Amino acid sequence: MPDLSTALAGVKLDNPLVLASGIRGNNAQLLIRAAKEGAGAVTSKSCSLQAREGHANPTAIAAPTYMLNAIGLSNPGVEAEIEEIREAVKKAGVPVIASVFAGSAEDFAAVAARIAVAKPAIIELDISCPNVHKEGEMFSSSADWAVGVTKAIKQKVRSIPLFVKLAPNVPDIGAIAKACQTAGADGITAINTMPAMWIDVRAKRAVLANQYGGLSGPALLPVALRCVHSVRKACPSIPIIGGGGVTSGEDAARMLMAGANAVSIGSAVWYRQNAFGEIRQELAGFMKEEGFHKLPEIRLEG
Amino acid sequence: MGKQAAGKLKKGTKGAASAGRRAARSSAPLSCMPCLLPIRAKVLKNEKENSLVSLLTLDLQMPDAMPGQFLMAWQPGMDEKPMSIAENKPSVRLAIAAVGPCSKKLAETKAGDCIYVRGPLGKPFWPAGKRWLLVGGGYGFAPLRFLARVGMENGAKVESICGARTKGLLMKAGPGKNHQTTDDGSAGTKGNVLSALEPLLRSGHFDCVYSCGPEKMMKAVAETAKKHGVKSQLSVERYMKCGFGVCGHCAMGGWLACIDGPSIDGNEALANPAFGAYHTDKAGRKIRY
Repeated sequence: MPDLSTALAGVKLDNPLVLASGIRGNNAQLLIRAAKEGAGAVTSKSCSLQAREGHANPTAIAAPTYMLNAIGLSNPGVEAEIEEIREAVKKAGVPVIASVFAGSAEDFAAVAARIAVAKPAIIELDISCPNVHKEGEMFSSSADWAVGVTKAIKQKVRSIPLFVKLAPNVPDIGAIAKACQTAGADGITAINTMPAMWIDVRAKRAVLANQYGGLSGPALLPVALRCVHSVRKACPSIPIIGGGGVTSGEDAARMLMAGANAVSIGSAVWYRQNAFGEIRQELAGFMKEEGFHKLPEIRLEG
Repeated sequence: MGKQAAGKLKKGTKGAASAGRRAARSSAPLSCMPCLLPIRAKVLKNEKENSLVSLLTLDLQMPDAMPGQFLMAWQPGMDEKPMSIAENKPSVRLAIAAVGPCSKKLAETKAGDCIYVRGPLGKPFWPAGKRWLLVGGGYGFAPLRFLARVGMENGAKVESICGARTKGLLMKAGPGKNHQTTDDGSAGTKGNVLSALEPLLRSGHFDCVYSCGPEKMMKAVAETAKKHGVKSQLSVERYMKCGFGVCGHCAMGGWLACIDGPSIDGNEALANPAFGAYHTDKAGRKIRY
C-alpha cells in the first residue's frame, strides 16, 4: 500500500483528505462522523463572535457539474462552537481544524483567541467567503487586508498553526499567499468557492435568495488547480490544503500535483456516495498504478 | 430509486436508505447525476383539508417518490421549505400547514398558480412486516396517509391513529381502519394518540408502528412501541437549508434529517441524545423542546 500520510505545519494526517469548512461540520458529532468516514482531518463550519442566521432559502442548488450555495455563514457563535470543537478534538481521532471569520481584523483576532481555548490542531481564517459582501469586501481580495488580519491573529494566538483560506477571484493569488506567509501564516487553504449566480428562467429571477452564491463542484476544479499551482510557485515551502471540485482519487492526485500537501473535500459528499472512503481508495490505487510510494512524489516539477 | 416500480417500497432498511439518496452514485458518469434545480409546477387544485392545512394537487409527475420523502417548495421572493409528499397518484400532492409566512403563501395558492420544487429528497419509510400501525399527530398524518395507500397496494394490513388538539385540526382519514383522537374530545376519543396506541399494541397485532408528528409525541410513540417489542419508524424534522446533505444544518447530532432521514428507525432515534431533547434554529443555536 502506498503511504498516504502527510503533514501540515507539523500536524500529522494519516491521509490527505480534509473535510472542508461549511460542509457537514456544524457540530462535534458530524465532525466525528466525517473522521469515521475516512477524512484525514476535519474542518468545522466557520464561526463568528456572535450567532448569525445566514441567508433565507433557497441557499443551495446542485447540478451535475456544479453546485451553488449562499448559506450566509450561519453559525451559533463562538461560545457554542468552543464546546463542539472541544468534543471533536477529544473524540474525532484526527486533527480538527477550526474555521473562524469576522468583519474586522480585531474581531478576527478575538474569535481566533476564543476558539484557541478548545485546542484545535489548526485555526483556519475564512477571509474569503463570497456570501457576506454586505459586510464589506473580502479580506482576501487585497494583500494588505489579508496581512492585517493575519498579523492581528498571530499577535494573539501563537501556539496553534494558522492557515489562511484564500479566494480564487483575485488578480494574483500567489502574491496574496506570499504576503500572508510573510505576515506569519503557517499555511494556506485554497480555494474558497467562486462567486456565481443562477437564474431560473421560468421564475424569472435568481434562484438563491441572496442572488449571488459560491460555485463549487467539478466545474471549479480547473480554477482551483491553477490557484494552488500559483500559490505553490509563490511560496515553495508553505503547507497548502488544496481544494475545489475534487470528486475522485485522480482529482485528488491532480491537486497534489498542483502543489497541495492535503486535499479538501466539500461538494463531493454529494457527488459521491462515500466520498472519503472512495476517494482515498482511488488515490491509493492511482499511486500504486503509477508507481508512487509517498505523497510528496506526486508533485509536478516546476 | 429510478429502477423501482412506481410507488413500490424497497425491501430492507439499508436498501431504502440508499434509495433515498442516489443509488450507485459513484459509478455513474456525471451526466447521469440528478439536478437539484427547481422545477415549476402548476397548482391544479387547492382543497382545504382542515382549519390549518391546505392540500395542493400539483401538475407534477413523480412516480418514484415514496412515502416519507419530501420536496423543497420554493415561493420566489419569500423562502423555500421542506414539505413532505402527501401523495404521488395521480399526481404529486403536498399538505401545507399554514404555520409561517412561506407556508401561508403556499396555502393561499389557487388553481393555475405556480410553485417551484426540488426533489424528491430524503430517505423514505421502508416496509417492516405486513401489519402496520400508523400514528399521526396533527398535519404529521399527511405522509402516513400516502404510506397507508402504498402499503395496502403492496399487501400490508394498515390501521391508523390520527390525533389532533381539536376537531378543526384533524386530518382526513386514509385507507384502512381508522381511530381518531382529540385532546379536547371534540371528535373521536378524548385524549392523545398514546391513549389509543397503548391498547392497540397490547393486542399484539402489529409488526411496525410508523409515526409522524410533534417530536415529543413521536418519542413517546417509539418508547411505547419498544416497550411492546414492536419496531417503529419516525419522520424527524429539523430546520433545513440545502436539503441534500451538504450544509449540515439539519443535524440531529451526527444524523442529517435531509439525507439520513427524515425517516428513522425508532430505536435509532431513541439512542440519539438530541432526539426529543433539542433542535436548532436558523443560526444553529440549540433550542430545547
